[in-house]
Amino acid sequence: MRIGTVLRDLHHDEKELARTLLRLAEDHRADHEVHHLGHDLAQWSMRHVREIAAIAPAYGQTLDPAPDGTPTLLQSARRAISELSGRSAQMELVMVRDLRDVYLRASGVLTDWEMIGQAAQAIADQELHELATRCQADTKRQATWANAKIKESSTQALVV
Amino acid sequence: MYPFLIRTPVAERNDEEGTVPTEDRITDIWGERTPYARGERWPQRVDGHLAAGVDASDVDAWVQSASTLHSNGDAFDIAVRDGCVVGVRGRADDRVNHGRLGPKDLFGWQGLQSSDRLTHPLIRRDGALVECSWDEAMEAVVGGTKKLLDEQGPSAIGFYTTGQLFLEEYYALALVAHGGIRTNHVDGNTRLCTATAAEALKESFGCDGQPGSYTDVDHADAIALFGHNVAETQTVLWMRILDRLAGSDPPAILCVDPRPTPVARAATVHLAPRPGTNVALMNALLHEVISRGDVDEPWVRAHTVGYDDLEKTVARYSPDVVSTICDVPAVDIRAAGRLLGESQALLSTVLQGFYQSHQATAAAVQVNNLHLLRGMIGRPGCGILQMNGQPTAQNTRECGADGDMAGFRNWSNTDHVADLARIWNVEPTQIPHATPPTHAMQIMRYVEDGSIRMLWVSGTNPVVSMPELARMRSILSQERLFLVVQDIYLTETAQLADVVLPAAAWGEKTGAFTNVDRTVHLSEKAVEPPGQARPDLEIFVDFARRMDLKDKDGAPLVTWSTPEEAFDAWRECSRGRPCDYSGLTYDKLRGGSGVQWPCTEDAPDGTERLYAGGAFWASPDECESYGRDLETGAPLEEQEYRALNPYGRAVIKAADYRPAHELPDEDHPLQLITGRTVYHFHTRTRTARAPELQAAAPEVWVEVSARDAGSYDLREGDLAEVRTRRGEVHARVRVSGIRPGVVFLPFHYGYWDTAEGWRPGEHGRAANELTLTDWDPASKQPIFKTAACSVRKVSDGDGTASPAPRTTASAPVSMSVDTTGGGTR
Repeated sequence: MRIGTVLRDLHHDEKELARTLLRLAEDHRADHEVHHLGHDLAQWSMRHVREIAAIAPAYGQTLDPAPDGTPTLLQSARRAISELSGRSAQMELVMVRDLRDVYLRASGVLTDWEMIGQAAQAIADQELHELATRCQADTKRQATWANAKIKESSTQALVV
Repeated sequence: MYPFLIRTPVAERNDEEGTVPTEDRITDIWGERTPYARGERWPQRVDGHLAAGVDASDVDAWVQSASTLHSNGDAFDIAVRDGCVVGVRGRADDRVNHGRLGPKDLFGWQGLQSSDRLTHPLIRRDGALVECSWDEAMEAVVGGTKKLLDEQGPSAIGFYTTGQLFLEEYYALALVAHGGIRTNHVDGNTRLCTATAAEALKESFGCDGQPGSYTDVDHADAIALFGHNVAETQTVLWMRILDRLAGSDPPAILCVDPRPTPVARAATVHLAPRPGTNVALMNALLHEVISRGDVDEPWVRAHTVGYDDLEKTVARYSPDVVSTICDVPAVDIRAAGRLLGESQALLSTVLQGFYQSHQATAAAVQVNNLHLLRGMIGRPGCGILQMNGQPTAQNTRECGADGDMAGFRNWSNTDHVADLARIWNVEPTQIPHATPPTHAMQIMRYVEDGSIRMLWVSGTNPVVSMPELARMRSILSQERLFLVVQDIYLTETAQLADVVLPAAAWGEKTGAFTNVDRTVHLSEKAVEPPGQARPDLEIFVDFARRMDLKDKDGAPLVTWSTPEEAFDAWRECSRGRPCDYSGLTYDKLRGGSGVQWPCTEDAPDGTERLYAGGAFWASPDECESYGRDLETGAPLEEQEYRALNPYGRAVIKAADYRPAHELPDEDHPLQLITGRTVYHFHTRTRTARAPELQAAAPEVWVEVSARDAGSYDLREGDLAEVRTRRGEVHARVRVSGIRPGVVFLPFHYGYWDTAEGWRPGEHGRAANELTLTDWDPASKQPIFKTAACSVRKVSDGDGTASPAPRTTASAPVSMSVDTTGGGTR
């Protein structure tokens, strides 16, 4: 059965999505909505990581339930830079690119969850199917948010 | 001094006996009771006030108007003598107030006659604002606009307006900005006060529009007030409730508020939750209604979608669980649930305690859900009042001067955009609609990053009212920003402007406006504006002419100029929409007193309640909004909405509780909430210039609980420092009955009446020095109610009480406080 392999990939992708959202939040502290939502939505992925780790042993995988969330020195430096660069309209364009990255990663995770959900139905695994359905809905909301912010910001960032 | 209170219409009044001196209405805020029983008509009581030395026989003319110092819409006549306003008198036959007036109505008009009104346009030369002509000022504005349109296009220009102009003025602004300049950056300070009301109504009913009516007070057997200190914010509405409470068969009252407001004191059940936990509390109340079996299941099945999801969500919020989140006894939550579940005619009202708090829209929507579960909407006594804070906020929303499209049209529905384009005679592509109109906090962000280079502020004072003032000052004082401020005084914000346009105030111009319960009033010009001050409508129309704004046929975009012509244009724009004014005219509003929209040929006397019989404006083709994700704020797509709600039912939206972003920590162990007092309005520009109101609440204060006063060695009258990560404020201490762990600061006090003018001196005075830049993702309303703060003593008081009013929520906890001290003497 290959479900374990996909779960391992998904575990990695959710961690990366959380990391990308946190980095977005820190790099764009001057944009308060992106800063706050970036942190909020990263928590969703971290929760998914824990839940994947909890169910993984049933599919022959041992996965770390705690994504690495400790800020590094580099991150502290990025934070200072992000506050300073808040006075430049160029940052808005950088933010749109970063949101695009979030959107693409979230779309990948969404597809992973769809695959897991299909497989769970195929083997009639109620618990896994329930997890996939719930997490997939979260991921869709993460992607929709990034997409909505891209739409909104593009009308300003690309025309100034 | 010969002030008096008119208890009966002037014509019938024959002596002074039995009347209460008006000056007592500062301490006797709600006046005498006129009790009435359930289902009876609220008795009349005519309140009035005339200036010292003026008698009713001295009055040359009484001019019809209504209040612009709160959102209640109290109708009154302005007394004029020798070309000056000399007083006011309530309109007995008005549906809103039945003659009554509150302290701000009685005394607030004096602000008009202040000697420091703006009387000339001002322009910045060599760093200083100097007087100039209207031509010079407008040419500077027009030149700046044209230059930026050439260099960058409409995205360089933003408009930030208010909730205090007239309908005609907002409509002119919306047409000029959206249809003429074609910028998407138009919003009002209504973002700070009523954005959540609008969003919550859109989420639940597909469209903005107040379901309830003030007359629901007459019929309700229970009234629930959620974060709404009505006794101070809408005094006349509270008088109506007090009169029901004094009559036979009084309603039960539920109050949700962390402060011991007059409402809390009168309540059957009072819940004082920890700030930032409203959604958890609401979920527990819905949990109780469902588990008690009080859901009107056939009604829910026939008229709503989304019930199953709500049932599943609130199942997790038992009173015991929520009791620890909110720090409210579970037994009280159950009592509140019983009160709501047993009611046969429930009226709910919601205001800033929910709107300016964490998860604002999610919490306000749960109040709508409560009524949907119980099938209590559109019938006498069964009303929802998602309140407004400002007198004309409703019109900012309707006319599209606040981040909506005119006439509650849906910006993401191409048919709606095309319909508006038809009315304006412009191409649909000329009206920006690729994305939701930019909200105020985002406008400020674009000013900060330099992509908005011209900001035109009308009738509001962001340098005091917006959160995190140090940031706001640094944004608006940027050299690269062209700042235009249109106001009646040289406010803190005006002092930063490049061009200042002196506006005529209420009473000096004619226009219509609409209150919380959709009642439209006409306010006629009573006196001339001072100096060269001009009505806001005239300024916007003049701008359109000078800009040579054209429709698609090359004719002028703005074809009208008088208020009545503008009103008639708006009637056409609103025709067929939920906020339909097509049956209203100035003549109809004149003499009569107050008509509720929709007012059409079919409903010539207006419409008392919306959604009778469970019929909503929520079908995919009609709705104003497809809704948003309450937690992320992302707009729903049309297809999603069609799938969710194909038949246009009310939408029950569930929400999980999430902790606030800024929680108390070791350095900031308390929670700061900001708010208002009955004696002042907004940033105090008008009320501080009315001597009685200013004397009643002359200076900022800070409320702490007796427990926290003990912990931090604070006594009544001590000078304290309140500090958050953003800044500090010095204020004298009022030890009150506020919830322990919570600190309250009134937000009215800025710097225009201090030596520094627009910024703090050594220490902060404005509450917004301390608030954080964060907002509700769905309504984009900033959060003023969950900042983590510390408090420490700066110096001992001299034994006198703090300047906080003793008559209201800020009353001292100990009656031993010197009763001659404090603001209200």
